[in-house]
Amino acid sequence: MAFRDLIRERFFPHIWCPGCGHGTVLNSLLHVVDKMGLDPTSMCMVSGIGCSARISGYVNFHTMHTMHGRALPCATGIKLAKPQLNMIVPMGDGDAMAIGGNHFIHACRRNIDMTAIVLNNRIYGMTGGQYSPLSGRGVLATTAPYRSIDDDFDAVALAQGAGATFVARTTAFHVKELSKILTKAIQHKGFSVVEVMVQCPTYFGRKNKMGGAVQLLEYYRDNTAPLGSKKLEENQNLIPRGIFVERERPEYCEEYQNVIALAEGKE
Amino acid sequence: MSATQQDVRFVQGNEACVRGALYAGLRFFAGYPITPSTEIAEHLAENLPKVGGTFVQMEDEIASMCAVCGASLAGSKSMTATSGPGFSLKQEAIGYAAMAEIPCVVVDVQRAGPSTGLATKVAQADVNQARWGTHGEHSIVTLTASTVQDMFAVTVEAFNIAEAYRTPVILLFDEVMGHMRERLVIPPAGELPVTERLRTAVKPGVNYHPYLPREDGRLPMSDYGDIHRYHVTGLYHDIWGFPTEQPEQVNKLVHHLVDKIEGRVHELARWKEFYLEDAENVLISYGSAARSARHLVETRRQKGHRVGLLELQTIWPFPKDLVREKTANAKNVFVVEMNMGQVMAQVKQAVDNPDHVYLVNRVDGTLVTPTDIGNVMRVIEGKGV
Repeated sequence: MAFRDLIRERFFPHIWCPGCGHGTVLNSLLHVVDKMGLDPTSMCMVSGIGCSARISGYVNFHTMHTMHGRALPCATGIKLAKPQLNMIVPMGDGDAMAIGGNHFIHACRRNIDMTAIVLNNRIYGMTGGQYSPLSGRGVLATTAPYRSIDDDFDAVALAQGAGATFVARTTAFHVKELSKILTKAIQHKGFSVVEVMVQCPTYFGRKNKMGGAVQLLEYYRDNTAPLGSKKLEENQNLIPRGIFVERERPEYCEEYQNVIALAEGKE
Repeated sequence: MSATQQDVRFVQGNEACVRGALYAGLRFFAGYPITPSTEIAEHLAENLPKVGGTFVQMEDEIASMCAVCGASLAGSKSMTATSGPGFSLKQEAIGYAAMAEIPCVVVDVQRAGPSTGLATKVAQADVNQARWGTHGEHSIVTLTASTVQDMFAVTVEAFNIAEAYRTPVILLFDEVMGHMRERLVIPPAGELPVTERLRTAVKPGVNYHPYLPREDGRLPMSDYGDIHRYHVTGLYHDIWGFPTEQPEQVNKLVHHLVDKIEGRVHELARWKEFYLEDAENVLISYGSAARSARHLVETRRQKGHRVGLLELQTIWPFPKDLVREKTANAKNVFVVEMNMGQVMAQVKQAVDNPDHVYLVNRVDGTLVTPTDIGNVMRVIEGKGV
């Protein structure tokens, strides 16, 4: 398959800032889809609002750029109407965890077959650098000029607690791991959540004096460690990466087929 | 059931709406429990899977409207149902459906508001919300009904209009209509016209432009999952569906969204009329209030009074010319509704003599009665209270 058939070249160059991590996720995703040999007409991407949400414009899938926080319920409607589609739902941290938080936990609970990617740059980028539910205590943002007093969600723990059957975390620095995890997430039958820690040099890096894209990527390299690694064992302050949950539970669309069979009196 | 046997039922209005939706080919419903519309969800939970369709109870009203947008783009005729508080929440995605031109039907079985209001009591105060509830310039179609049989028929119409013009259509019912039981005759398949979605004839390998109108102005669709892959957004967009900020294209899209509805006022107008030919006093009403208006008209006609009724089934786009024409020879016009005059304001704008338009209303959670109407008429006619 021609790799070029997976993107919409006419809409490039993309809108992201130089050094933004979103492009790395897009790149990884396209390679994964290409490598897995997925038919692009079987691919559907649904996104919400924010910098990350613009990914849906650039991929040559069936794409729906929806409302802030509403990607998952829109995707749920599509998936229930056309269960054969492979659903990819990229969301920002504010998109997924603040305004879309209720939809997020219920999508996890339903275990509907789709891959949710939380592109966590710990900031609202599109609106110019406000703190998000994943920013965490002590972060500087335009709406936290005296540092944030809000504790953050652990997106992985939240997804796990809400019942997602595949939960993973990686970063834009660990590109090979990212592709491996995305492959497994797409292959997984059920609701998959992949948190990707991505750098926002323009707002998060600058505001918090953490440097540019390179420094932020180095931060992800130095402050994370794989699950089960010695490095993580020795330093509890590191952020764990890897696959946290991978289990089977009845998938929602398949379960609904049973409802149809019951209603039609076939069972 | 044999071919000669009629399908006759004794059902609530909410069930008639469900039967109408299934007749029109509904295949996807997403909802959230709310009085007094819940029976619609309950009946569809039972009946949609019987026809291979999908019912889903979402986590909230917002999610249900979003799921409807998604399912419609994937090719299913889609609907949701709610009441006032839920209707407020759905406005965000109703705007999305208007902007992205997604066919869908939204039922609002009205109860008294604002806020939680009176959860089990009747009102008709969401008329303006149906038109202006979502932000930004757009237009929308809103239909009503005053009998259980008509609730069936306008529900079929709502789907036909939604599919033909790629627009959300609001079915503005009310608590009395939703819960009232009456005889419903379900016509055999094929008796009422059912409009199917216009799908693109563009062949594989040829570019499909989702927002490029044909010569007749219509936009053929392509289902998600079919050969054509395209973009849909709530942003102003070009013929590719891709975001644009070009003033010329933005201006064009605003006009298209408004004109495709407002330019079809005559085509979209549905109404019923009773004794209007020689009527000196014309009542204008809709929904359950029209039942009281009809009763008053019938009893007064028996006494030889020249009174008639215009029942509006299409409220938006407001059929201005129709109202003006039907009231041209009237001395007085009485608008009977259960709000503070939301349709009356439209009537006043439509008629030549707005000073002779009077409101007969009730806003206490109970049905406006024929006596209420008669009392106001007596005052206006100078016959005392």
